[in-house]
Amino acid sequence: MDWMIILQQLVNGLTLGAIYGLIAVGYTMVYGIIGMINFAHGDIYMVSAYLTAICIAVFMSWWGWTFVPLILVLTLIVVILFTSLYGWVVERVAYRPLRGSQRLAPLISAIGMSLVLQNYVQISQSARTQGVPSLISGHPLRIGSEQNFVQITEMQILIVIVAFLSMAVLSYIIQATALGRACRATQQDRVMASILGINTDKIISIVFIIGAASAAVAGVLVTLNYGTFDFFIGFVTGIKAFTAAVLGGIGSLPGAMLGGLILGLAESLFSGFVNTDYKDVFAFALLVLVLIFRPSGLLGKPEVEKV
Amino acid sequence: MLDVDADFSTKQTILDAILAALIAWLFFLPITGVLLDGYAVQSAWHQPFVLALIVFYARCLIAIIVHTDLGKRLFVGKGHYAGVEVVDKTNAHWHWLLVIVAIGFVFPFFSSKYWLTVAILALIYVLLGLGLNVVVGLAGLLDLGFVAFYAVGAYSYALGSEYLGLGFWTALPFAAVLAASFGAILGFPVLRMHGDYLAIVTLGFGEIIRLILNNWTAFTGGPNGASAPLPTLFGLEFSRRAKQGGTPFHDYFGLDYSTIYRYILIYLVLFLVVCVMTMVVVRLRQMPIGRAWEALREDETACRSLGINHVVVKLSAFSMGAMVGGLAGVFFAAYQGFINPSSFTFFESALILAIVVLGGLGSVVGVIIAAVVLTILPELLREFSDYRVLIFGMSMVLMMIWRPRGLLPQRRQAFRRT
Repeated sequence: MDWMIILQQLVNGLTLGAIYGLIAVGYTMVYGIIGMINFAHGDIYMVSAYLTAICIAVFMSWWGWTFVPLILVLTLIVVILFTSLYGWVVERVAYRPLRGSQRLAPLISAIGMSLVLQNYVQISQSARTQGVPSLISGHPLRIGSEQNFVQITEMQILIVIVAFLSMAVLSYIIQATALGRACRATQQDRVMASILGINTDKIISIVFIIGAASAAVAGVLVTLNYGTFDFFIGFVTGIKAFTAAVLGGIGSLPGAMLGGLILGLAESLFSGFVNTDYKDVFAFALLVLVLIFRPSGLLGKPEVEKV
Repeated sequence: MLDVDADFSTKQTILDAILAALIAWLFFLPITGVLLDGYAVQSAWHQPFVLALIVFYARCLIAIIVHTDLGKRLFVGKGHYAGVEVVDKTNAHWHWLLVIVAIGFVFPFFSSKYWLTVAILALIYVLLGLGLNVVVGLAGLLDLGFVAFYAVGAYSYALGSEYLGLGFWTALPFAAVLAASFGAILGFPVLRMHGDYLAIVTLGFGEIIRLILNNWTAFTGGPNGASAPLPTLFGLEFSRRAKQGGTPFHDYFGLDYSTIYRYILIYLVLFLVVCVMTMVVVRLRQMPIGRAWEALREDETACRSLGINHVVVKLSAFSMGAMVGGLAGVFFAAYQGFINPSSFTFFESALILAIVVLGGLGSVVGVIIAAVVLTILPELLREFSDYRVLIFGMSMVLMMIWRPRGLLPQRRQAFRRT
């Protein structure tokens, strides 16, 4: 067993986990506030990958910009804005009319929305695998000897920094602002919050927007890192991010990040040392096991069924 | 002119529609208006405008529907009623039923091969819909991994014939039992769950089974799939030349060789199974177990406090559904002659769910009609085949908003006083 290989897998896992954590935010907050799995969230992330490529292509090949930092920052902002719009529209169209209906209705509607988003992107942008040019390609950081080293790319560093910054901003919003207090109040008791003058419909919309925005950050980072994507990436990534949300304790924001990191590290170590073919099986099995044996996750509160 | 409500305002409607169109334009702008072409882009600026215009008119139409009596009568649903509607006529249309069954049995002898294969596919989906209907519609357990049982059925025929030498007729009960036990095994750990978590766990199970089928190359053939043998009839084979010692069907009866005979056989057996399963499901609904399924769907806590054994009820629903799904899998394998894991993706589960949702959760007739329509419609409308999934998805959303109990909601028969 080589320590360098373990370290390398830990570095990869950390990057992966930061991404999962960002996407998990959308699942965990939406579940916390209206108690439904936003099945279309993975596809919102997929849309953000397409938006990233479109933005970069518009800036670079259409308008001929060459200054990379400006392109990156503007891409991030534009993608966040448009993805938030997608999150908002999905909530407005498919979930809001179902408020207070029977239990299965929102989930079935969400599955329908997920199919719609996938097929919509497939029809408009073709089913081809798409890509972005690699914008950040410096010399990766190497630690260790000539043959035996741990490699950290600039992109990986960027991913971890941006992901943790976004989480910090998000935590600040939720913990310390009036908006965040309104979110938490709505999460605790929607009826009571609306009696106290909180527009709960608006808060729920904002939660969807926050979720979509963090998925957008993840989408930009992943697209820049891997370079290729297709219309189907939302499904598996979405399920894994949901696993992360459940692992950390659904409804808990730090839990989402923790769950993401644990899942990322576990998956990376599994594919490094056990078997790459079965890494998705591993993630799904983890999801099933957590849901069966510890549905409240690591940081979540156990759900008490009231009659 | 239509009568409108007092609170209908033309100005407000148009303002709302303009706002909706603006948002829609922004929504559609990047994905449909700017098309990726390698690392460059092409403009398709007219597309977002067209789509926004459609949204504008749709928004106006919705306002008119919601605010006029005629529109309300036609389109506004009954809301979220419990789905139990007492009808006191029993078996009023049984002679029509006989006619339909008779037409179903003679259909293959007059049909072309193409429409026969379409009909087989439609019946396979009817079977899948019936199976999932027991789990989702009656018992209220949202199973997103239903395709796993379909896969178990199909693979138990293909691999069973490869390793154990099973034929079509032995594979049918074998697959049914195997799929039912899979249903019970997978159902056992999820007994405590309901709603969304149950859906996700079953989705996880479904994907795990598919990934194992895909990766365990030595046993299942992996992505290359496995071949399933042709069915036989009393030892008569349906290939051009029989294997050693066998007799081909067409030689025995002195007919010319044609591939249509095997499809006729599959169709007839499948039709029989569908009829039997329909009857079983309809009858089960009126039996204590069926009533327990539906009671459990409405309120699990109340059921358990009234002494209904939720373990038995849930597991029976899971294995009943799985068994029907497994049977459908055998027919699918026999019909295709070849299966691989790409036929058993999550999308297939979503499609079966769409059938159940459109037909009406719990409604047997509705599910049968939905399955037939959803399989035949894409054949008739070839040019819309790209939009098939889009239409399925949209109809799932719309159905949940407009008619959560489906187009043909179930009705419960009352006991007649005699």
